[in-house]
Amino acid sequence: MDALQLTFKRLRRARRTALIPFVMAGDPDLRTTEALVPALADAGADLIEIGLPFSDPLADGPVIQRASSRALKAGATPARVLELLGRVSRRVTTPLVLLTYWNPIAQYGGTSGSGAPFLRAAKAAGVAGLIVPDLPLEEGERFRRLATQVGIADILLASPTTSPVRLARIAHAARGFIYYVSVTGTTGVRRQLPADLLTGVRRLKRLTKTPVCVGFGISTPAQARQVAQAADGVIVGSALIHTMEPWQRQPVRAIKAAAQFVRQLRWALG
Amino acid sequence: MAALDELERAFRGARRDPAFRKELQGYLRDYAGRPTPLTFARRLSQTIGRGVRIYLKREDLLHTGAHKINNALGQALLAVRMKKRRLIAETGAGQHGVATATVAALFGLECDVFMGEEDMERQALNVFRMRLLGATVRPVTAGTKTLKDACSEAIRDWVTNVRTTHYCIGSVVGPHPYPWMVRVFQSVIGQEARRQMLATVGRLPDYAVACVGGGSNAIGLFAPFARDQRVKLIGVEAGGRGSAPGANAATIVHGSPGVLHGMFSYLLQDRAGQILPTHSVAAGLDYPGVGPEHAYYRRLGRATYVAVSDREALQACELLAKTEGILPAIEPAHALAYVAKAARTWPRGSIILIGLSGRGDKDVGTMAKHLGHGRTPAHV
Repeated sequence: MDALQLTFKRLRRARRTALIPFVMAGDPDLRTTEALVPALADAGADLIEIGLPFSDPLADGPVIQRASSRALKAGATPARVLELLGRVSRRVTTPLVLLTYWNPIAQYGGTSGSGAPFLRAAKAAGVAGLIVPDLPLEEGERFRRLATQVGIADILLASPTTSPVRLARIAHAARGFIYYVSVTGTTGVRRQLPADLLTGVRRLKRLTKTPVCVGFGISTPAQARQVAQAADGVIVGSALIHTMEPWQRQPVRAIKAAAQFVRQLRWALG
Repeated sequence: MAALDELERAFRGARRDPAFRKELQGYLRDYAGRPTPLTFARRLSQTIGRGVRIYLKREDLLHTGAHKINNALGQALLAVRMKKRRLIAETGAGQHGVATATVAALFGLECDVFMGEEDMERQALNVFRMRLLGATVRPVTAGTKTLKDACSEAIRDWVTNVRTTHYCIGSVVGPHPYPWMVRVFQSVIGQEARRQMLATVGRLPDYAVACVGGGSNAIGLFAPFARDQRVKLIGVEAGGRGSAPGANAATIVHGSPGVLHGMFSYLLQDRAGQILPTHSVAAGLDYPGVGPEHAYYRRLGRATYVAVSDREALQACELLAKTEGILPAIEPAHALAYVAKAARTWPRGSIILIGLSGRGDKDVGTMAKHLGHGRTPAHV
């Protein structure tokens, strides 16, 4: 059983919802991220999702776009981010899940385009799962096979507009957990979540035993608690990054603000 | 993915539907002004010498001033068929934005056009035109503030409003079915040109040359000649200020394979797979990717791809204006510049077909800035 399965099994037994904060590696610099990840773990994160910046983050709203630009400016290349994760994963027991887009994966370690060198490097760095929002189910079969061989969970996304047929295929192919996108659209803070969100999550959960975690738009402890009624996990990204944005030159305060916010979310989820 | 599947189904259905084809042909003829003429460029041919004969496919004479209207009309009719009430588009030079705003007005659809802030400055006139046509121009401030980021922002809007909105992509880029669909809509250029060549010259050209940014006018010109192996196809990319990273937008010439905006094609990228900033004096070519069918032609060896510099393209604008009384947009001037340069080594009496994808009214400011006034024509 891998780290993600163990974590969700433990949480299920304790009847707890996984809290999954998302941060961008290298935002505003790699040293901050190195201190931030253990702080998030201490504040009560069950899993930590870390973004590897890409120049053209199509699935992301303005907050994470800004974080990506800052990280790229700070020199957060795939090689450096994986190096950092290698150090961090030795310090925390919380499983780390990496999010990035297909092109940096395909270009890593030469031009084979298969993503195999990236998967091996990510595994060596202690990464438990990988989310690639622009690699659809239909195009990712070979990559998923490679990921399974290497021992990394290829985490698939599903959204409210995913057709029932495709949802069933995703449920079947899913590893680690399924990332259910709460809204049609990009990541980012939303004042209100769609009314039919919980119905959508429950429909998906009937199709699979794989845990279903919900992200995109969840920005307050109250929203997190609402989603937790149906979901196995709650992913909070833009709102968390937003709390750190005023403290770009003061990493200690940024980390403190982030940890504080994660504690609030933890408290709301129980 | 659901939206792409829906679009593919709708397009397949529409293509087979004689009523749809007839309606589109009607608009292309009565509204856009098709067929466009094939003009023999006599004085330009003489200037270049060696007995070459240059023919221009005059997409610059279309309504709204460029080939973009062919595709915009097709996609707008498709949007109406899919019962979408709103069109969105990305635009670089503004030509596709204007074309989309135009067809949105024609069919009574809402329209939002995403445009990089930098391009809005470069193409202020087109921004105003789009607003006059009732469209909302949404400035894009992310990333490099040009076409690539406008494209990303349009995709983001589309996934957010997918139920009511059709994303009218302006070139043969993006995820399937776009590269195929836009090529089908633009192939009218090559189909007409092929017929016209046979009718007026009595044979096919030796060379067909077009500029390539995303590559829609080029693929539209090339595709109907693809099986005519003796017609050499040449795509001319934006060489900008040189071959250094960030100094050009010559994706096939200087790039490598990768994935952007849902397509696998050549990209201008660094070794870590980050997309590089691009430069071209022609906003319509300023894009770090290229249509995947061009990548395919290149792999097959069916077409060759070359680059010419900003300066060469600007000089070619002046050359065509002074020899033929036609002021081309800076984009197709890249194709002219290449022909002016390369025809010296081509066989005597070659027949050359150039896709003149748009007119230069939008670029007069840029030309004035770079070429200055009152100079004699630059000889290329």
